[in-house]
Amino acid sequence: MTTTAAADAAISVSGLVKTFGRTRALDGLDLTVRTGEVHGFLGPNGAGKTTTIRVLLGLLRADSGRAELLGGDPWRDAVALHRRLAYVPGEVSLWPALSGGEVIDLLGRLRGGLDPRRRAELLERFELDPRKKGRTYSKGNRQKVALVAALASDVELLVLDEPTSGLDPLMETVFQECISEERRAGRTVLLSSHILAEAEKLCDRVSIIRAGRIVESGSLADLRHLTRTSIQADLLRPPEGLEGLEGVHDLEVQGTRVRCQVDTSRLDATLRLLTDHGIRSLVSQPPTLEELFLRHYEARDAVAPASADGQAARSDTGR
Amino acid sequence: MSGLAGTGALVRLALRTDRVRSVVWILALAAQAVSQASGIFAQYPTQADLERLERVVGTVGTNPAIVALTGPVFEPGTYGGLTAWQVMTFQTALIGLMSILLVVRHTRAEEEAGRADLLHAGAVGRYALPASALVYVLLVNAVLAALTVLGFVAYGLPLAGSVATALGCGLGGIAFGAVAVLAAQLTDHARTATGIAGALLGLAFLLRAIGDSAANAAGGAWLSWLTWASPIGWAEQLRPYAGERWWTLALPLALALGLLVAAGALIGRRDVGAGVLSQQPGEAAAPPWLRSPLALAWRLQRGGLLGWTLALAVTGASFGGIAKDMEAFARGDPKISETFAQFTGSTGSVVDLYLAAIFGWIGAVVAIYAVQATLRLRSEETGNRAEPVLAGAVSRIRWAGSHVLFAFAGSVAVLAAAGLAAGLAHGLRTGDLATDLPRVLAAALAQVPAVWLIAAVALALFGLAPRATVPVAWGVLAVAVFISTFGGLLNLGQAVLDLSPFTHLPKLPGADAQAAPFAWLLAVGAVLTATGLAGFRRRDLSPAS
Repeated sequence: MTTTAAADAAISVSGLVKTFGRTRALDGLDLTVRTGEVHGFLGPNGAGKTTTIRVLLGLLRADSGRAELLGGDPWRDAVALHRRLAYVPGEVSLWPALSGGEVIDLLGRLRGGLDPRRRAELLERFELDPRKKGRTYSKGNRQKVALVAALASDVELLVLDEPTSGLDPLMETVFQECISEERRAGRTVLLSSHILAEAEKLCDRVSIIRAGRIVESGSLADLRHLTRTSIQADLLRPPEGLEGLEGVHDLEVQGTRVRCQVDTSRLDATLRLLTDHGIRSLVSQPPTLEELFLRHYEARDAVAPASADGQAARSDTGR
Repeated sequence: MSGLAGTGALVRLALRTDRVRSVVWILALAAQAVSQASGIFAQYPTQADLERLERVVGTVGTNPAIVALTGPVFEPGTYGGLTAWQVMTFQTALIGLMSILLVVRHTRAEEEAGRADLLHAGAVGRYALPASALVYVLLVNAVLAALTVLGFVAYGLPLAGSVATALGCGLGGIAFGAVAVLAAQLTDHARTATGIAGALLGLAFLLRAIGDSAANAAGGAWLSWLTWASPIGWAEQLRPYAGERWWTLALPLALALGLLVAAGALIGRRDVGAGVLSQQPGEAAAPPWLRSPLALAWRLQRGGLLGWTLALAVTGASFGGIAKDMEAFARGDPKISETFAQFTGSTGSVVDLYLAAIFGWIGAVVAIYAVQATLRLRSEETGNRAEPVLAGAVSRIRWAGSHVLFAFAGSVAVLAAAGLAAGLAHGLRTGDLATDLPRVLAAALAQVPAVWLIAAVALALFGLAPRATVPVAWGVLAVAVFISTFGGLLNLGQAVLDLSPFTHLPKLPGADAQAAPFAWLLAVGAVLTATGLAGFRRRDLSPAS
């Protein structure tokens, strides 16, 4: 393995543009996935997740921009790079006449072999019958075939495109365990998803894509910092001065009861003011990824330049 | 009957989705039938010509080997009788093939693709899907029959015989449509259903071939009943233009009804998407050799290759087996040699000319195989099955090359099978196997450069214009075959004739085998192959469309 300056970035993409006819599927996309992290790639259908992944796999050729994968060029060095990664497509199609076990072995061998013990163990954990023919598998089972083939391979990078969209909740849990094991084994995972709860559980860092651009990227803690905490408090005295306080939104005061949303960066000042009025009870809810997500997608205005410092997110002045 | 609810809507859906496909089938098969009549009128325009032909047919038309292909001739003295002799067996088989393909496409293939679930979730009865497929095939057959009758009558053939010909072929074909409805209930795989029904169609052709030959062979009369075991035999026994026996039309109808009742009973017992026959489980692990794109291409395409090889071997043996009879044919009618000479644009003994014509035709048929095998690339790509392979450590060239290699080598295997079988059959009859087998095999293999070139065109399209690949590749093949088949007869001019790779081939056996045309065809094919591979290496892999 080459250890260069880029060694801490398994994937490094900047200014990536890909157009299909008139559609601009990727519009200057920047993405960095650090080696050894599980990186959530979030966005709704049609935002450009699959297009990005297909560029990273050398299946599509970018119009402009720079993409580097495991220190190589995804288009030029495709064959060498693919020995070091495994991929699970969002829509898994199998050959109708081949059994699931045959497909697992074939796909594993095409990228340089797989671990038979791990293969057997994964088949058991995912409760997959490898003798069934490709055409008889349900969507979830086709996905399991691709997952077993990918997870049983000894690779540095896993590229997973909405891998759980057909799995039932039980199998989702198995999948989450597997990803945690992969992380412990030091593998890098790029996990595209539109299921936020999954990303919250699994990911070290996430990038949110909208209309072909990354609008937000960072650790979950970073991102939470950019959002609002919801506060419900019952005070001894009716509060004063809350209306004018910077960072307080959607304020509702009914006598001594207070409900509001507070910019997480202004939480300290707000709580201090509340304590001054004597707290009888306090409920504080951290923002979910869902809220973060919705804020980007409900914003009607044009997408502002994306970065983790959150200028774009902050310019949103509430509903 | 609520079980049939929604049938009408589904028929309209089938007509909408197949608006091009159905028209192409109808026009092609009507043209095939009417061209037989027009051929006889064109070559035997006067009553004197006709009497000469009658004498020839009187002898050759009882030859067991010829009768095996065409069926017996019941009325060699009229244009109608001769047309029916030329039309009945092949046309019934072709309509049967069409009906099978269309029925499976609209029943089992829909279920396999999961679209039937969508339909059944609506107000659509349990029997509506097969019923609509059958109604649709009936409509296609009705239009085809009407066009055929119009064409025959336009040539001045009697109405009753023309109606009998069209109905006999059409009802025979529909019986195979009903076979396909039943086969579609048995298996959960559309290709298997087509295979089952197609095998039964082949068996029906074989049974009547044995029956008809036996009736004309010394001491074989006891096997002649086999003709009556086959729907294709029923069609010929209708005897159009020769005192029609209308009651035979009841046989395919009764068979179709019986098959449909059986299919209906099976539909009531199975789940949507499942087959009646239980699915054979596959292997839990891949065999050790399944580790490369070429091995995958072999695994995916070996069944098709085996089927094509067997079919072409049988075809080669059938046509090779009657090559020697051309001498008798030519003694009765010197014009036969002239016709073959005109058709092939060559000279030589009538047997050689006949074999050259047959291999020209076989070359075109094998080109269908080559195009189909090459287009597997495109169906793997649009079916999202190329993506996981190319996401492995497999270069674009290695993946595409493996299917192309298979198409190229497969065409050689299929042509060799046809040539070997024809050479054996012909050589055994002449008694000079040592001379005839290599000559005939060489004539078959001489088609290879033209077949490869057509496959290379399909590959070039795949690399450079992926969305246009499928229709244009088939279009190019159709034009090439049309030019080489009819170009000479239609006096199309050398510039047009040169467009088809098949016209450049020396007419083997018999003609001089010059190296130049082979070298040119191979060179053009190599350039197209390289272009296609280079184009594919540079382009985006398209997602499912």
